[in-house]
Amino acid sequence: MAKITFQGVGIKALSACVPSDIVSNKDLGYLIPEEEISKVIDNIGIVERRIAPDDVTASDLCYSAAQRLMQDNGIAPDSIDVLIFMSQTGDYRIPATSCIMQHRLGLPKSTMCFDISLGCSGYLFALSTAFAYASMEGINRVLLLDGETFSKIVNRRDKVDWPLYGDAGTATLIEKGDYGSSTFILNTDGCGEDAIKIHAGMRNPVTADSCVEREQEDGNVRNDLEVFMDGMDVFNFAISKVPKCVKQLLSETDHTIDDVDYLVFHQANRFMMDFFVKKLKIAPDRVPYCIGKYGNTSSTSIPLTVASELNGRLDGDHTVVMSGFGAGLSWGAALLQMRDCKVSPVFDY
Amino acid sequence: MNLDLFIENFADLLDETDPDTIHANTHFKKLNEWSSLVALSVIAMIDEEYDVEFRGDDIRNSTTIEDLFNIVKSRVE
Repeated sequence: MAKITFQGVGIKALSACVPSDIVSNKDLGYLIPEEEISKVIDNIGIVERRIAPDDVTASDLCYSAAQRLMQDNGIAPDSIDVLIFMSQTGDYRIPATSCIMQHRLGLPKSTMCFDISLGCSGYLFALSTAFAYASMEGINRVLLLDGETFSKIVNRRDKVDWPLYGDAGTATLIEKGDYGSSTFILNTDGCGEDAIKIHAGMRNPVTADSCVEREQEDGNVRNDLEVFMDGMDVFNFAISKVPKCVKQLLSETDHTIDDVDYLVFHQANRFMMDFFVKKLKIAPDRVPYCIGKYGNTSSTSIPLTVASELNGRLDGDHTVVMSGFGAGLSWGAALLQMRDCKVSPVFDY
Repeated sequence: MNLDLFIENFADLLDETDPDTIHANTHFKKLNEWSSLVALSVIAMIDEEYDVEFRGDDIRNSTTIEDLFNIVKSRVE
């Protein structure tokens, strides 16, 4: 079982950048009958999303977020020891985007850089990795960049996925300091590999045919390079695993739900998050949502929610639980004793 | 497990459909109000009321409300 506890490391600062282009779900008339649009918006809780232009990538959004974080907190580039880029929409297949970011951000050549690739659970797995490195002798600061541009891998005629996803980039600075304990519980169940998938890759080699759009289940259109999601299976997975995982984390760290100042869920859809709130019996004002204006930004949604909803609210000491879940299947939760986390407000690219 | 109560729980998920028109043999996917979001409510209701995991295929392979009931019943017992 992957249950990990850290002492003396924490999140010093966090920032987030979103594309300036806004796509409103009220304009989905070409995809969903007009009379159903407001009901869909109410259920998924997504009014609008930010979509990156063709020439803007997740790493561009993360670069801007990192620049802002370093400026706002007076962080010298040469003080970063490790850079992690967490994304499923990196710039290239080769090389790792983190290497490109090291050069672009002016970090020293002695910086350790690597990418992590996971779905909506990715931030927690990457954050635990960042905490692990920051705990080691010889490492003081880790810069974690988590960004996604799912708009580039979702078909606009896929009515399951297109109304959900938005783009964003974030930066999180993890370092040694006077922090209390933080505990992560991380889980995986690969038998659910088909629930969220892009078929073309190495198992199914990319050919010219992979780019051909085809009508799939329920009239949804996509090609083999675009993401498929079985909404019902993912929902079943999430409601059966997520509340139990949070309860297990609380019980194993001797906390109750009332001890939690903020519970930040991956912003999957509002209906699902409302279900978790009810199931966990947590006061709704302790569960921040930014899904209405940014949609589901995959693994980026947890730090984006912190930047959007908790900026100015994390001075002093706070107990924060984060819960992520998604493709793999993969899920986890973290209980962080946060102290004076400097959160820069979300800004437009 | 009680079929009438299951039908009542199902009917409660619908906003615009008269509960009196929902029966054991109702073809739920033919209801005007049926949508993928109602399907998620059904999965949530089955989790909450019966503590049973219900997959997408369980809904896809069912036609009537009694079909859903029978799957839930087989997993409760």
